Amino acid sequence: MPIKFPFSRRAAPSDAWTKCPSCEAQVFSRQLERSLRLCPSCGHHFRMSVGERIDMLLDSGSFEERDAGLESVDRLGFSDDRPYPDRLEAARIKTGLRDAVVWGVGSIEEQRVAIGIFDFRFMGGSMGSVVGEKLARCFETALAERIPAIVVSASGGARMQEGTLSLMQLGKTTAPLVRLDEAGVPFIAVLTDPTTGGVLASFASVGDVVLAEPKALIGFAGARVASDTVGEEMPEGFQTSEFLLAHGFVDAIVPRPELRATLGQLLRVLPVPAVDDGQDIDADRSWGPIGALSGFAERLGGAVSETIGIDVEGQGGDGNGAGPRGATEREQQEERT
Amino acid sequence: MSEATADVAATHASPELIEAAWRRVQLARHPQRPRTLDLVPLIFEGFFELHGDRVFGDDPAIVGGAALLSGHAVMVIGHQKGTDTESNIARNFGSPHPEGFRKAQRLMRLADKLGLPIVTFLDTAGAFPGPAAEERGQAEAIASSIKLMTGLQVPIVVIVLGEGGSGGALAIGIGDVVIALENSVYSVISPEGASSILWRSRDEAKTAAAAMRMTADDQLELGVVDAVIAEPGDGAHTDHAATAAALRAAIIDALRGLTGRGTADLLATRYARLRGMGAYLVTGSGSSRAPEAPSLRHRIGRILHLPGAPRRPRWSDIWPSADDDTEHERGA
Repeated sequence: MPIKFPFSRRAAPSDAWTKCPSCEAQVFSRQLERSLRLCPSCGHHFRMSVGERIDMLLDSGSFEERDAGLESVDRLGFSDDRPYPDRLEAARIKTGLRDAVVWGVGSIEEQRVAIGIFDFRFMGGSMGSVVGEKLARCFETALAERIPAIVVSASGGARMQEGTLSLMQLGKTTAPLVRLDEAGVPFIAVLTDPTTGGVLASFASVGDVVLAEPKALIGFAGARVASDTVGEEMPEGFQTSEFLLAHGFVDAIVPRPELRATLGQLLRVLPVPAVDDGQDIDADRSWGPIGALSGFAERLGGAVSETIGIDVEGQGGDGNGAGPRGATEREQQEERT
Repeated sequence: MSEATADVAATHASPELIEAAWRRVQLARHPQRPRTLDLVPLIFEGFFELHGDRVFGDDPAIVGGAALLSGHAVMVIGHQKGTDTESNIARNFGSPHPEGFRKAQRLMRLADKLGLPIVTFLDTAGAFPGPAAEERGQAEAIASSIKLMTGLQVPIVVIVLGEGGSGGALAIGIGDVVIALENSVYSVISPEGASSILWRSRDEAKTAAAAMRMTADDQLELGVVDAVIAEPGDGAHTDHAATAAALRAAIIDALRGLTGRGTADLLATRYARLRGMGAYLVTGSGSSRAPEAPSLRHRIGRILHLPGAPRRPRWSDIWPSADDDTEHERGA
């Protein structure tokens, strides 16, 4: 099936101006593109495409997409007012994506990560079999390569058109996290507007660290579903990043311009513990804190920047095996940030 | 089940199929259908109910405790609907709050500690969506339950009893063997919810029920459940004892197949079962091209700000933001 990529030149730029839903200012669309899609007057975080996320978060030229060829199929023969394959095709043409998640391996501030990124424009970022499979492979690669996993979510939840198969993706995306726990590989969830339903009720809620963009809609049930069921209006600020932070379900709210640096910092302070060949990691742990410290001291004698991930005067605090980036690429990266 | 091909037979469900699917939904919701606490004394002996999540409270929409199954200790956990209006209100119609899932987790950890096999019964329209549930982390409670179950070192048998309602069901529904009663249903969202979101009407619940293929037989075909147990007479509500007897035999049979296995094998098989869920195609071609690296001439041109030097290639050139007219599509 040929995929059309309607990129580069917009066929018909329907609107040069976009209205900010938060402060109602008219924003020049090109300006949004240049400003990380933040409203210049109120700082409202507009949704980002997966391409913009990659450019914003990852070191320039470092991202390699994996499993780009996975495609959804209509296992149920599902049709509402139009068949599921038609919806998929429309979403592919609209976004240039094959499904709602792109995953790959890249680096953030020169630290190698496996990262999955949602694009809400593809059927509301809904999680069906392909999204689940890609994220599971992302986590499994993080496990195999012992590099941190990151998922940037923007999703309405499970994809209804795939029935219980999409519900089972909650299990499929969460099961590998147990293995990451056992292996000592961190997983960072970044929740962006909106993250709801089955995506929040699976991997996104159980990150070792959970970050959120400001004022994102984050919740289990849609506010409309909730008020229909409960028969009462939902309180002010219900299901926002700030609500989740206040109730203890998010570690930090990070404005978009700081997100890349925050992830870089987290990756440095939560390094993947080194495993020597043939040595059981559990044995290492059973020594307790003192043993761990002496292990630390031993390693200090060696190459600190390689095993612990401390950045020594910017010469690449890279505990994760990514090679140092070329000077040109670093310049490009600075150029951007 | 990867690389499955599309099943086009049911693209437009006939009125008969729609009615048949809806009949199953009604049977699954039948007020006299046996609930977890109706079946537990008929299947197990010496059930001792345990209460509370040790954090916030005790959710009567989920019940659980230890019991004996033909002499062997097991942990039993299930959703619990009421039998009349009063008990349904007390049980919140079987829709758990986060403390219900956290109680279930506590019991599962106890089972893991003592090596007790776990038997769960799914019968909920879904996790409760109210503001209190959100405040206490409904999504986190479900997610951490799912995560816990995938790593438990004891066998888990899951029975889909009535309604397998979305994440609230799956939260206690990760298992090594999943068995459905003939007239149970399992779905990613309630047919009413799917109707209002996808059809933008409250009147298409029957159509949605058929479209989502939520009957037990459908789930067997999709690989979500491993076996379907026939119900007595016109349905389980007509004969609780016979239903319990059939379930008891099925549970013993499933546990017999699981208990001999080593832990590593058990966990690997459970992982593989989950990992295989879903249908997708692997197309060899058409990977998204990475933006091409700029030539040296372009790089120099950009550094020197020469006119006509192209911008650095970006992924956002391949996947730009368009004006966002995406409708909100949600599931469970």
